[in-house]
Amino acid sequence: MAVKVVRRHTATLWEKIYLPQILSGLKITSTHFFRNLFLHTAHLFGLFKDHRAAVTYQYPEELRPIFSRHRSRHRLTLRDDGTPRCVGCMLCETVCPAKCITIVPDEHPDPHVEKYPIRFDIDLGVCVYCGYCVEVCPEDAIRMDTGILDLAAYSREAMRLDIHELMDPELRKPLDDCNLDFPHECEIHGGEMKGDWEAVGVSTRAPAASDQSS
Amino acid sequence: MNDLLIKLALASVVFFGVMNLAGLHAWVERKQSALIQDRIGANRASILGFTFLGLFHGIADAVKMFAKEDIIPDRADKVLHTIAPFFSVFFALVAFAAIPFGDRLIIGDRVIDLQVAKIDTALLYVFAMLSLGVYGMILAGFASRNNYAILGSLRASAQMISYEIALGVAIIGVIMVYGTLDLGDLVRAQGGLIWGWIPHWGIVVQPVAFFIFLTAALAETKRAPFDLPEGESEIIGYFVEYSGMKFGMFLLTDFIETVMVAALATTLFLGGWQVPYLYPDGFHFPWGSEFLVSNWVYVSLGISSFSIKVIAFCWVFMQIRWTLPRFRYDQLMSLGWKGLFPLAILNIIVTAFCVLWFTGDA
Repeated sequence: MAVKVVRRHTATLWEKIYLPQILSGLKITSTHFFRNLFLHTAHLFGLFKDHRAAVTYQYPEELRPIFSRHRSRHRLTLRDDGTPRCVGCMLCETVCPAKCITIVPDEHPDPHVEKYPIRFDIDLGVCVYCGYCVEVCPEDAIRMDTGILDLAAYSREAMRLDIHELMDPELRKPLDDCNLDFPHECEIHGGEMKGDWEAVGVSTRAPAASDQSS
Repeated sequence: MNDLLIKLALASVVFFGVMNLAGLHAWVERKQSALIQDRIGANRASILGFTFLGLFHGIADAVKMFAKEDIIPDRADKVLHTIAPFFSVFFALVAFAAIPFGDRLIIGDRVIDLQVAKIDTALLYVFAMLSLGVYGMILAGFASRNNYAILGSLRASAQMISYEIALGVAIIGVIMVYGTLDLGDLVRAQGGLIWGWIPHWGIVVQPVAFFIFLTAALAETKRAPFDLPEGESEIIGYFVEYSGMKFGMFLLTDFIETVMVAALATTLFLGGWQVPYLYPDGFHFPWGSEFLVSNWVYVSLGISSFSIKVIAFCWVFMQIRWTLPRFRYDQLMSLGWKGLFPLAILNIIVTAFCVLWFTGDA
């Protein structure tokens, strides 16, 4: 039978008189103390700025660097004319494990685009930040790269992002007025349809006969 | 009348210095621990947008302490519960009366000892006052009528008594060498030189006593690694039932005692207000050169020397507090009784032989 001998550490006399051990401990703490004292003082005069004196990030003023693949708050990407890139295919709503995405699609006037969302809501209070919606999107219409991490709100209602906030990460509730030009179901105005395609320069003409025949 | 005014002035200077140093400890505690642990430390309290490295946090603390509700438990002894923190602070403060913080100041034909109370047995007085400090803690635990508080105060008193013995026995060696209990004379006796160039300080002639004193003194201040009476993170001590400024006073007592012990260590072992090679008429360096100074400069050099040494000791205590973890209670007791106490006795015996050897008579 294999016997494993475990050697217990017994303190040597050198360790038992404590004093050298305490001094070696003090050496470590003092090294940190004087190093940081020097760096903090140097920072006051603008020197050695590339050596951090503390590992602390002063949070509201100074944010930790965010890696490029970090999943932060969602945003809807835009076409050149300012309308959402989303085509209302419902893939993200379908794949979402938390069922936090609600899309109401409508017909897009451009014959090359089938649908667009008149409503696009994400309930951040339910979202698990898995990023499946980003991965599944065929149009690169939703991304999680805003870098916004402070998502606290005073009500559950404020945690629900509507299409206004998703298209413009700068916006925060409560919103004063709608800033979108294309037709969408505007939560700000009590769920009414707002905007028109003329404003964004998308032709509302029915597709020409020649297009259909060719 | 003038004597009274002078004494009042001295007392207020000492009180002002001690209270400020103790108050600053709250800031030093935060900042020094932060620097040791690569953190930043409290830096948010501001007045008109100025933070001054977080110095205002002490003021914020005091304001908070005063504004908090002062709770006296229903079953507690109201009178004792109220006076216990005052006891604690009072005895820690009065002990400073006997500490000399400078040499004789000469104004006109008046000679002023920079020491609030010139007591022949100043050392005994200081130790008596330090021991009386235990009463504050015992009263606090007893008057709270809380079992945990009583246990905490018992732990505290057992620790204080154990370490006071080591403390007292350790300094007997110092008393034997300098032959006086008067702290003023004791500091003056440390003014000489050994072999013409080493200051005749306590740490040089009594190194073992110095380390015993330092350890026991740390235990006296009830701060880590000897913070078993409190153990703020888990066991909680004699002040469980205290809140508001009364709790703050216990906190302040710890800091005042740290300053007290630092001042005592300075006086006994680092030559008090002595500056190496500085004599009442000026510097006399061992290589023969001289630099004469006036009495005012001499005294102020002495006072700053004393302050710097005290602050350095406070720094060392704080550094130790943030380096070492807490002792277990049996380790604490065995270190006190089986380690420091016999060592201190041995130190007395060796010192006795040495005194006899070097002085020839006794």
